[in-house]
Amino acid sequence: MTAPLPQTFNQADSLVLYGESFASRLLLGTSRYPSPQVLETAVNTAKPAMITVSLRRQGSSTTEAHSGFWDLLKKMAVPVLPNTAGCHSPQEVITTAQMAREVFETDWIKLELIGDDYTLQPDTLRLVETAEILIKDGFKVLPYCTEDLILCQRLVDVGCQAVMPWAAPIGTGQGPLNPYAMKLLRDRLEVPLLVDAGLGLPSHACSVMEWGFDGVLLNTAVALADDPVVMAKAFAMAVEAGRSAYLSGAMQAQISAQASTPLVGTPFWHQT
Amino acid sequence: MRVIVNQQEYELPHQSMVSDALVLIQAKPPYAVAVNLQFVPKSKHAQFPLNENDQVEIIAPVTGG
Repeated sequence: MTAPLPQTFNQADSLVLYGESFASRLLLGTSRYPSPQVLETAVNTAKPAMITVSLRRQGSSTTEAHSGFWDLLKKMAVPVLPNTAGCHSPQEVITTAQMAREVFETDWIKLELIGDDYTLQPDTLRLVETAEILIKDGFKVLPYCTEDLILCQRLVDVGCQAVMPWAAPIGTGQGPLNPYAMKLLRDRLEVPLLVDAGLGLPSHACSVMEWGFDGVLLNTAVALADDPVVMAKAFAMAVEAGRSAYLSGAMQAQISAQASTPLVGTPFWHQT
Repeated sequence: MRVIVNQQEYELPHQSMVSDALVLIQAKPPYAVAVNLQFVPKSKHAQFPLNENDQVEIIAPVTGG
């Protein structure tokens, strides 16, 4: 006999961002894979909601190395989320976003405004004003930010319908460095929260989903695995597992042991 | 007239347009353009005049995280 599902569980539990529904809660980066073929297979395996893309100068070594990328994007047919990676000023972000909108024909933008090149920490002091300008220009802004509650609240105040706090610095794979602040963020904000950056293992993704985060965005943890395709699948499964665990209403941790096997009728037991 | 396209110096005739810079570097679609950090939409490439020392950025799609 199958127990009824908790009322909180929704069979069609889709991720909703700016009114758009996505079947997956995993967003996947497209950089640093060993080959375009591996990238394609990883994407086909993980079935992410969106894949992140970027822009670089035409004729540079980067774009020359990516000459087939456009055709691959069309072949994969997954919604794209352009980023503004490498931008250090609001104007750089805005112009890059506008160029991305024209090239990729999408209003989605992953807002990255870097404040420190060593940690790739976002420029939190100018992030909000930049997000506001982009929102007013019609973009669907997903801002890469820190786990600071007030920053995230201000981003919501100016119109961001989701925010993307980091778990740890980009590409480090350290997993959530500040679980307290991240859980607090979940408690205090009602908008979708996507963890962006710093996840290294599927268990990291599973944990943040168990805490109630709505999705994760990652790249390096998959791309730099010895087998990116298997790791892509592992992350997809971890995200689903964490989400199901969150919706299931997990038990409260207890201080003392509580036997799970019934005690009454235990053989050889004598009341003293 | 000296203009900078993707950090390379080029000589273009006066009254050149953004579309001339695209031809000059043999830009391959898809691309997008900014001049002096301002986006220039595709619909204006043929009418957007370039000036001495303008900084032109012509970008293309790449992988991203």
